[in-house]
Amino acid sequence: MGDILGLVAKRLGMGLMILLIISVIIFFMVELLPGDIAEAVLGQGATEENVRVLREQMGLNDPALFRYFEWLKGAVMLDFGRSIVTQEAVMSVIGERFRNTLFLATYAAVIAVPFAIILGVIVALLRNSVFDRVANVLTLTSISSPEFFLGYILILFFSVKWGMFPAIASLNDSMSFWELLNRTFLPALTLVLVVTAHMMRMTRAAIINLLASPYIEMAKLKGTPPWKVIVRHALPNAWAPIINVVALNLAYLITGVVLVEVVFVYPGIGQALVDAVSKRDFPVVQACCLIFAATFILLNLAADVGAILTNPRLRHPK
Amino acid sequence: MEDISTLWYFGLTPSTFALTYFTALVVASCVAAFYNHRQPFMMIFSLTLVSIIVGIIGGVHALWVIALIAFIIAMAAMVSYAFREFLILIASTELAKELRTAPLTAAFGMFVIFVYAIAGIFAPWIAPHGEAEVITSAFAPADANMLLGADQLGRDMFSRLIYGTRNSVGLALTATLLAFFMGAFAGLLAATKGGWLDNLLARFADVIMSIPSLIFALLMLSIFGPSMPVIIIAVSIIYAPRVFRLTRAVAGNVVVMDYIEAAKLRGEGTGYLIRREILPNSTAPLIAEFGLEFCFVFLLVAGLSFLGLGIQPPTADWGSMVRENATLISFGEITPLIPAAAIALLTVGVNFVVDWMLHRSSGLKE
Amino acid sequence: MNDKKKKDVLLKIRNLKIQGYTDETWIDIIKGVDLTLHRGEVMGLIGESGAGKSTIGAAAMGYARDGTRISEDSSIEFDGMELMTATESERRGLRGKRIAYVAQSAAASFNPAHKIIDQHTEAPLQYRLKKRMEAQEDAVDLYNRLRLPNPEEIGFRYPHQVSGGQLQRAMTAMAMSCRPDLIIFDEPTTALDVTTQIEVLAAIRDIVDQFDTAALYITHDLAVVAQMADTIKVLLKGEEVEQATTKEMLANPKEEYTKSLWAVRSFKSPQRTREGRECLISVKNVDASYASGPKILDDVSFDIYEGMTVAVVGESGSGKSTAARVITGLLPPQKGEVLFKGDPFPVDYRNRNKEQLRQCQMIYQSADTALNPKVRISEIIGRPAKFYSGLTGAALKRRVDELLDLIELEPSKYYNRYPAELSGGQKQRIGIARALAAEPSFIVCDEVTSALDQLVAEGILRLLDRLQDELNLAYMFITHDLATVRSIADEVVVMQHGKVVEQGPKDEMFRPPHHPYTDLLLSSVPEMDADWLTTLLEERGLENLGEAASKKIDPGDKKVMPSDA
Repeated sequence: MGDILGLVAKRLGMGLMILLIISVIIFFMVELLPGDIAEAVLGQGATEENVRVLREQMGLNDPALFRYFEWLKGAVMLDFGRSIVTQEAVMSVIGERFRNTLFLATYAAVIAVPFAIILGVIVALLRNSVFDRVANVLTLTSISSPEFFLGYILILFFSVKWGMFPAIASLNDSMSFWELLNRTFLPALTLVLVVTAHMMRMTRAAIINLLASPYIEMAKLKGTPPWKVIVRHALPNAWAPIINVVALNLAYLITGVVLVEVVFVYPGIGQALVDAVSKRDFPVVQACCLIFAATFILLNLAADVGAILTNPRLRHPK
Repeated sequence: MEDISTLWYFGLTPSTFALTYFTALVVASCVAAFYNHRQPFMMIFSLTLVSIIVGIIGGVHALWVIALIAFIIAMAAMVSYAFREFLILIASTELAKELRTAPLTAAFGMFVIFVYAIAGIFAPWIAPHGEAEVITSAFAPADANMLLGADQLGRDMFSRLIYGTRNSVGLALTATLLAFFMGAFAGLLAATKGGWLDNLLARFADVIMSIPSLIFALLMLSIFGPSMPVIIIAVSIIYAPRVFRLTRAVAGNVVVMDYIEAAKLRGEGTGYLIRREILPNSTAPLIAEFGLEFCFVFLLVAGLSFLGLGIQPPTADWGSMVRENATLISFGEITPLIPAAAIALLTVGVNFVVDWMLHRSSGLKE
Repeated sequence: MNDKKKKDVLLKIRNLKIQGYTDETWIDIIKGVDLTLHRGEVMGLIGESGAGKSTIGAAAMGYARDGTRISEDSSIEFDGMELMTATESERRGLRGKRIAYVAQSAAASFNPAHKIIDQHTEAPLQYRLKKRMEAQEDAVDLYNRLRLPNPEEIGFRYPHQVSGGQLQRAMTAMAMSCRPDLIIFDEPTTALDVTTQIEVLAAIRDIVDQFDTAALYITHDLAVVAQMADTIKVLLKGEEVEQATTKEMLANPKEEYTKSLWAVRSFKSPQRTREGRECLISVKNVDASYASGPKILDDVSFDIYEGMTVAVVGESGSGKSTAARVITGLLPPQKGEVLFKGDPFPVDYRNRNKEQLRQCQMIYQSADTALNPKVRISEIIGRPAKFYSGLTGAALKRRVDELLDLIELEPSKYYNRYPAELSGGQKQRIGIARALAAEPSFIVCDEVTSALDQLVAEGILRLLDRLQDELNLAYMFITHDLATVRSIADEVVVMQHGKVVEQGPKDEMFRPPHHPYTDLLLSSVPEMDADWLTTLLEERGLENLGEAASKKIDPGDKKVMPSDA
């Protein structure tokens, strides 16, 4: 067990390291601006005086390294400073939205993950059949479609033509849970379509790879019935690749969520990010980027740790 | 119920339509069965059965939708078949042998790529109107002059779509090429040289890849502003590490070969090793990867344009066309879906071809 | 066991045809093979790679691997039951219970997620032959019979915690778990070292004998099959060549092809001596390891004289290939040096000049990875000539033709070909020509014949020997195959665990007294004699063979006479 703990600790340390480097990139990239933030925000028509005041206000006169550590210190305590545009605390702008985004992503993941894995395994077992080929074409098509294409098609049919679900996913606190699910059904479905396709293909590849192992053939030649070959011989070794696939695709979800939120005018962090980017509200952009990157790294970390924990060779060292 | 109205347009009443449709299907399945073609027979006959059930439940309207879908798929299949035969005829014997193994989906993909290339290259001659030319009122409906109607400023949708091929695909292609050259070069170098250089580059790639691509693009665009060169450079920086990883893996498989060791021991320089020994043995997976990478880049750029952070107006670009006309969706119009479909179609096409190529190269290994 | 009396027919295969799917078409791999196996009979299926022997083994279980299919007009009858018309579940009911399978790689064929004993008891529990506890007791009993160390405990380990030779025996035990009528052994010892192989062979033969099980023993190694089988069937490219009892087959093969297989070891190069020769390469007290790993070479020294062949012998992991990498400069040693004609060679090949690089060339084991598949023969051979001697145009073409002539390939026919258009032996010849093109004085031959079929290998050895005399070349011949050593070496270096345990001229090496390890190595190599294994076991006893014996040996041991062992 000592080996495993060591490996996990090492992996966690590496994740933390990467997160730190990324925080450096996110912070200092803004420093690359021609001129500085104050000039960039106020534009060319700004007077010397305005620029000076803003600089003062944002503490731009301090050295960059000092400001980075201040920023990082704040970030650890979830304080990302104030928005340049609205002067509100960044966290009060995106805090609520982050919750909404998490809700949407979880909603999609809860449907997509079991669905995709089961379908992926079925397709792998039926490989080269007509069903497999049709699934291949369908998943490829789904992967190839931009999220907004799928989103608008769903709106066109489910909302405009058939009136089954609302096209705009506005939320408020008084909604019941079921109403919430109903309101956010279309954005969640869009994400499900994209993520399921990716996840199905990867699960299929992982399972086919596994089924080619000599020990699977050995099990068959021992007279083990097909269901038992899968349950007893394939599945215990399939966890690591499947965990990997899930984590990778939850990462797709993160990117997909930005576009989907814009299509459905969903009050999530993705839309806040897009707004902030077009208004050049750097503190908000930095905060959003850091949150997205941290989630992404966390998922990958979880996958790696999962793979380590389920590896029989590591679980039972020599 | 405009679908039904198109029915009248063909001069058919619902009952004659249903009758003709079923007669055609049954005759076709009998012919297939008679000539002992099992697969086509199964396909046509199951379509017949499905049509009967759908017809009973959904009426002639649903039947019409099914017939339309079947017709489109059949047309696509026939076009792909013909296009493949055409390619086999004009290609050299070596290439023709490869092409014969292409499934219809791959042939369809090649056909799509071909059409897009034509549209992109000859855009000014194909498009009836200028790219930014305002010719009528906003959202004017389609007529003989404007195949797809007008957009929110009264410009011809169809012309903008054609010009969009040039801009959207051109931008994505440039960015992919740049990413590919950077990534592949670094990957080959890392695989050949090994040691600390390899380690350094790999770590660097790891870091860049642990920021989600769209997020990273948004960060860079917020700082440097959305302009053509910024987009190209930002996107290529984001995707170069992915190319790097793959190239390194592919070249890594080649580098361990004994003939590389023989060349090293002969005293050959890194340039010769990469050019003559490694690259010729890595081209097949790299070409497939190029297609795959293009799809990712294309979708990312389209996403950026859709968010209003891509190519700036008045240049025609598919992603921004979707965004500009999005309001039409709530009136049940499909206009904004057309540029989105154009994006999807090209990506599907490229993916179909890549899928075949990957299948080929993995099949040969066994 | 050779005189076992023939009983009822157990397995009857008629007109077996199997197709494989390559390049979008079905191609015949097995072209109508007949096979009859009686109860308790052990039949050896022997043939070169690609002869389709392994496919026949799977087909005997009614099983077609992915990408293959059995023709519908074939007949496979097991104990009166026609497998071709049986349902899948009927066929499955035989597998593991009445027909069992032992695969080539035990390490890959045991599921890493389960304990060995749980995999062992799977079939008996599945068929409700035994309760779990009974099945486990039976497993321990079988481990005991197969002489596995710690039989009580070994089954409760995971596969990766057990060594290769032991796993192979555990798999044989697993095959025995339901006391089947027939076991298919598919190259069960190919992946093992010679000293380990002998234990597994003895264990397999013993257990098959004890339970009077019939077996199909599939291998490419004639000497091995001679120990195991009652009858031998020789296959070539999916067709039967001939079949006879083992004794008859060894004494009196009928077909030309079979005779050629038997005659293979006849080539023997005359032994050269150091007299009047200059020392070309001298390895002095070399220690080496990869990165910060354990020491692979430990104080290794040996000399190679011009125009002579030094064979470096040892099992996998003995450091013989590493020694070659140190000489060529691919792996700079941590200690010691390599001298070329008395002058130190730069330790890293990158610091050697063209002249130094030219002197020392390599020929590789696998011709498939040794030749760039995207380059024509003319350039593969021409490049070194151009690179070192600066030849161009007509002179270069002449040189390439000359080299092709030297390796006995028609220049006009092969000049413009790609490696993929050549056979294995031809590719290996091109590899030799590429080395010769540099006009070296020393060539490292790394297992150059082990990937080749025996006849072809013999041709390569003859060619190398001829070239050595014509061009006064020195060879360092790395091999694990003692037959090859016998035929081509002038001097022998025996390595174990990164140390040189013994070295000297060949004729001395094959004569006692031996170092204990050399002795073990020599005695473990199967000979083409049906009674070899029996005699050996009687003479030595099992405890003085195999893994156990190899562990006991200390490289510092003195030479001993076999009678002392």
